[in-house]
Amino acid sequence: MTARKKTIAVLSLLLLTGCDLVLLNPSGDIAAQQGDLIIYATVLMLIVILPVMALTLFFAFHFRASNKKARYEPDWDHSISLEIVVWSVPLGIIICLAGLTWVATHRLNPYDDLTRISESQPIDPNVEPMTIQVVAMDWKWMFIYPEHNIATINEVAVVVDRPIEWHLTSTTVMNSFYVPAMAGMIYAMAGMQTELNAVMNEPGTYDGFSANYSGAGFSYMRFDLKSVDEAGFDAWVDAVRSGAERDLDREHFQILDQPTVDHPATYFGGVEEGLWDRILNMCVGEDELCRDDMMMVDALGGGGIEGLWNRQLFAGICDADDPTALFALIRPDLLENSRDILASAELLPAQSEQPASIAN
Amino acid sequence: MAATSSSHGSSYAPEIHPFWGKLNWNIFPFYEPVIFYTFIVVAILGTAILAALTYYRLWGYLWREWFTSIDHKKIGIMYMILGLVMLLRGFADAMLMRIQQAMAASGGEGYLDAHHYDQIFTAHGVIMIFFVAMPLVTGLMNYVMPLQIGARDVAFPFLNNFSFWLTTAGAALIMISLFVGEFATTGWLAYPPLSGLEYSPTVGMDYYLWSLNIAGIGTTLSGINLIVTLVKMRAPGMSWMKMPVFCWTTLCTNILIVATFPVLTVTLALLTADRYIGTNFFTNDLGGNPMMYVNLIWIWGHPEVYILTLPVFGVFSEIVPTFSGKRLFGYTSMVYATCVIMILSYIVWLHHFFTMGAGASVNSFFGITTMIISIPTGAKLFNWLFTMYKGRIRFEVPMLWVVGFMITFVIGGMTGVLLAVPPADYVLHNSLFLVAHFHNVIIGGVVFGLFAAMTYWFPKAFGFKLAPFWGKVSFWFWFVGFYLAFMPLYLLGLMGVTRRLSQFETTFYSAYFVVALLGACCVAIGIAAFLIQIYVSIRDREALRDTTGDPWDGRTLEWSTSSPPPYYNFAFTPRVYELDAWSHMKANGYVRRTDGYVPLHMPHYTATGIVISAMLTVMGFALVWHIYWLAFATFVLSVAFGIAHTFNYNRDYYVPADDVRDIEAGRTRLIAAGASDLKAAE
Repeated sequence: MTARKKTIAVLSLLLLTGCDLVLLNPSGDIAAQQGDLIIYATVLMLIVILPVMALTLFFAFHFRASNKKARYEPDWDHSISLEIVVWSVPLGIIICLAGLTWVATHRLNPYDDLTRISESQPIDPNVEPMTIQVVAMDWKWMFIYPEHNIATINEVAVVVDRPIEWHLTSTTVMNSFYVPAMAGMIYAMAGMQTELNAVMNEPGTYDGFSANYSGAGFSYMRFDLKSVDEAGFDAWVDAVRSGAERDLDREHFQILDQPTVDHPATYFGGVEEGLWDRILNMCVGEDELCRDDMMMVDALGGGGIEGLWNRQLFAGICDADDPTALFALIRPDLLENSRDILASAELLPAQSEQPASIAN
Repeated sequence: MAATSSSHGSSYAPEIHPFWGKLNWNIFPFYEPVIFYTFIVVAILGTAILAALTYYRLWGYLWREWFTSIDHKKIGIMYMILGLVMLLRGFADAMLMRIQQAMAASGGEGYLDAHHYDQIFTAHGVIMIFFVAMPLVTGLMNYVMPLQIGARDVAFPFLNNFSFWLTTAGAALIMISLFVGEFATTGWLAYPPLSGLEYSPTVGMDYYLWSLNIAGIGTTLSGINLIVTLVKMRAPGMSWMKMPVFCWTTLCTNILIVATFPVLTVTLALLTADRYIGTNFFTNDLGGNPMMYVNLIWIWGHPEVYILTLPVFGVFSEIVPTFSGKRLFGYTSMVYATCVIMILSYIVWLHHFFTMGAGASVNSFFGITTMIISIPTGAKLFNWLFTMYKGRIRFEVPMLWVVGFMITFVIGGMTGVLLAVPPADYVLHNSLFLVAHFHNVIIGGVVFGLFAAMTYWFPKAFGFKLAPFWGKVSFWFWFVGFYLAFMPLYLLGLMGVTRRLSQFETTFYSAYFVVALLGACCVAIGIAAFLIQIYVSIRDREALRDTTGDPWDGRTLEWSTSSPPPYYNFAFTPRVYELDAWSHMKANGYVRRTDGYVPLHMPHYTATGIVISAMLTVMGFALVWHIYWLAFATFVLSVAFGIAHTFNYNRDYYVPADDVRDIEAGRTRLIAAGASDLKAAE
């Protein structure tokens, strides 16, 4: 920690700026490790970059045409030993950097549960991560707290030192969920769920925004992330409940889904059951077929041309927990072998490790 | 600010008229003052240029000698002119953005609304990559490579002309979009679903698609042409390992083009199908997969980076030895480095979207392959360094650009490798740090290299050097301007500021954006100085005249012929014994042959390329505006014209030996006059 602080101090002195380089001095452990990595990698590369720059200037100056004292060998064009140096120095640096990359990428994989709260604080196995479901919309962020059954727009609160599992999706174009002080970004995409595990270590209010251009209201697609202690969080949940004008149901969600620019922070005291699954499967509207149902129909052969109609017919009948229901409908002749067939088709819910998996 | 309702795209969505398509009187965006005044200036300048061409009766000359020309040198020059003209447009977009961001970051909303700002950054990216960097690089390869291998022209001279006009057709469509309708508001790579019909319903996105579809085909054809030229038309004795490094980089570049531009064409065709005939390749719903587009576009997009940089690496490999008066250090390792970069550039594309949720092993793989590219690139840099070592470096303008490049490019390379570390990319992706990085490598690498190349080969192309004073002014303003414009963006990126923002919540970043604006102003002066340099050099061309054909004491074959070269390039096909063939000839007492000329086999000029491309431009416009009868008619016409062209058997002729003798006698007189001038000066 002190080594890092020192490097930062040196860097900022070098830059002679009073600017707040949040990436190098963040408030969450994941971002802190990512910031460290930036510094390590940069220092590693400077080992070769600085000599090259110095040599360029020195050679350019020393071997200038007017300096007749410099050696001139117009036919010297080859040296095995120099070639070895020329290839092996960058190779050496890249081998180190590649090792660092492999280790750091696996350690900081956003899909994995955290292994520590901060450098000095190990993870407490008894504390469950808090799940927050995030929906990128035109042009605002919705946050759903399944644990507390509340939802908000453009404002989110987390507990200091409690791991958070962010589940992300979108109802519109691609956006990228980014709180620079907390952790790196992950895209939010419609019909898909992505995930980010992170933790905040310091209290405060931090900027969050979309880091992927998403259309006309993009500049205003920002939210506040409040990092507070346990008591403060409970108070905030109460404030959401008491400040809410309504609950969030499917009907109101569709109204919210209309594009707005610079949407004010909004609270909802309750969330209709199953809303997240419907958002993820793009079927919040009454007459929309859920993607998981559609994929199940397609996976079972789709029913040919009739399948176009079947999709509407079978909507809502089946889900991943009970694929046989649909099977019984469209292939009754094979019903007694259905479990074997489905298992061989790998349609039964598996422990999928596919990170950006399509909703199932 | 209260919540206001708005939607994707602009509001007009007229009915499709059977005759006029979507055209109507409301499509002209002149209600935007910026566009209105631009239009007035363009109209006045355009009228003036057209009037001047008519007054001086230049139309016939241009048509006969340039537009229908299939001489690779003239096509190369036309590519360069196209690139420079589009540079002015692309740079104007950059200035508009820098002013908007500086204003918005200093409090206030600036002078551009989001809809207009979004078009500007999209147009800036598309124009700078497709219609500035690509034409300049292609033009350079077109002009220089055949001369360096001792060829009379490229393998398919007509195809070359056709490729150029297809590229121009694409550029024309983008320019039309400025005043007729609007341009895309999607960012330069147009990720769906934002670029799909649902979220971009207007013609802007259609301009994007048809412009790039047409231009992309031109680029692919040009790639095939140059590969065949290199494989089949090298001078006798020039084995692969005696080829100048610029030819090697040209070869690798065009292999990349041929392998990747079809991917771009197909990807854009699928998106076009989504928008025009209701398919669902890249939509959110109905089984579409937008991430597939992102993969495909970057499978083209990353090699594209090397399509731009490899040729300028070749340029540096020509300029450094010439001005160091020394052989290139490590030719063999240069060649291998180029080939390794070519191959590796195919397997790094995913590093453009580490943050879309790929797993740790996939991300690590692509991060590490990306880093590996820096090994051959580093080796190249060292090789240029050791070429300077024990040399006698003449700091003429091209060499200034090279040293400026070497200093600047290593910084861009370093930040690039940093971005290749996935966890670092998680925080830096899409930030202004990224914007600074790719401008660092494209300006510090490609643009500096192109200016070096233009200064270096200008005397070959036109017979007189560029005036060095304004060249130095241009270099220093570009160099300083680049650092002023982009170093603040690196810092802003580390402060967590993302790209493509037109509004800011705080005034905290004001100073950085103002410095960046100052930098852009310096670059503007640099560009102006370059234009002044061209004007001054044309004015003083007699004093700057190159009578020898070899003004820099060059090393490769293009310097063995006259400046400018005769249309047949070489009266006698040179015979190559060594690398740096011209140096070798000079060192071994080469005497120019002045008799025994033979008739030379040359192709006829043809108007087919420009005519078909003009029809395809109209077709593109018609498709953008959904005027299907016109699109169909122009398509059928262009195909018919193309078929008719194949029946033209009068394609080539022999230049009589007497004509060659006369032209070469002129050169003999010029060399003698130059020599006596030199004597008189002494």
